[in-house]
Amino acid sequence: MSTAISQLDEIKTDTWSGGKSPFAVEYGKIMMWFFLLSDAFTFSAFLIYYGAQRFSKMTWPDPDEVFQSIPGIADGGYPLVFVGIMTFILIMSSVTMVLAVEAGHRHAKKEVMGWMVATIIGGLIFLGCQAAEWTHLHHEGYWWGRFPEFYTGIETVSALQFSNLFFTITGFHGFHVFTGVIVNIVILIMTMSGVFEKRGSYLMVEKVGLYWHFVDLVWVFVFTFFYLV
Amino acid sequence: MDNVSWQEVHTEPEVHAQTMTKGKIWQVFFYLLGITSVEFFIALYLIPKGIMSQHVGNFTYIALTLVKAFYIVAYFMHLKFEKFALKASIVVSLIFIIYFIILMLTEGAYMHVHMNHQ
Repeated sequence: MSTAISQLDEIKTDTWSGGKSPFAVEYGKIMMWFFLLSDAFTFSAFLIYYGAQRFSKMTWPDPDEVFQSIPGIADGGYPLVFVGIMTFILIMSSVTMVLAVEAGHRHAKKEVMGWMVATIIGGLIFLGCQAAEWTHLHHEGYWWGRFPEFYTGIETVSALQFSNLFFTITGFHGFHVFTGVIVNIVILIMTMSGVFEKRGSYLMVEKVGLYWHFVDLVWVFVFTFFYLV
Repeated sequence: MDNVSWQEVHTEPEVHAQTMTKGKIWQVFFYLLGITSVEFFIALYLIPKGIMSQHVGNFTYIALTLVKAFYIVAYFMHLKFEKFALKASIVVSLIFIIYFIILMLTEGAYMHVHMNHQ
């Protein structure tokens, strides 16, 4: 008798035949990706609705006029400067986050801690800036359901939509930043107390990193659609 | 059963054939910074001076935003170095967003015609 194994009995070893992780990514990280995908749908629904509203109206508040102040420094005349600073801060904190992840790969606890602290500070500065901008716009007369009195006639329709959507969308994003800062602080404490060192893997830093970059990514779109277009 | 985490029973560590080095991180940072500066240049100089129309400007902004999104997702979020199956399951799902954009713009165009000119 020949000892050849029939084709059916051969053990398959390719990616999807079982016995291994086809994505080669840890469970929690895949779930983070899928959560972010669902969050991307939420944010795009908001932004696309904003776009559709804007597209349907005859007039729309001019972003260069609405956002022309630097709270605490100048009341007007500097379009985009303040939001530019905010964008820079958020991109910067994304860089420090990815540096924390990179340090985690090398199991360099001290470095991870340093970069996490920098990321948290960046997040807090961003939230501070947003609070300043909200306060300023509130003083100007913008709020949910409210807009300044200089909008008259047909302009009031779009000004109301603009106000509501601006506070809803930047608020929802700000809430994500806030959550991110909290989670970053938790991870910083876990790093400091040596949890990941004991576990032998800094994968958690990578997972919160994904979340943090996503928050930055959303801001890139909010920035484009609210401030530039 | 105690909480045996996946990491503890995981026998094949994640393979990072290519991973982010410090140099690469800063390179991507400067790309993002550069693209944002270009956007500011368009918004604060080219459009006010009338060198570029608002319409062309808007398309440029959106294109540049998508480039930035690519760099953040591919490098900072590391998606470029993941397995093809993971990349595909994330990226292909975004087709729903494109579909929604088309739907809502159609809706917006309809409202623009029917609500404003009665």
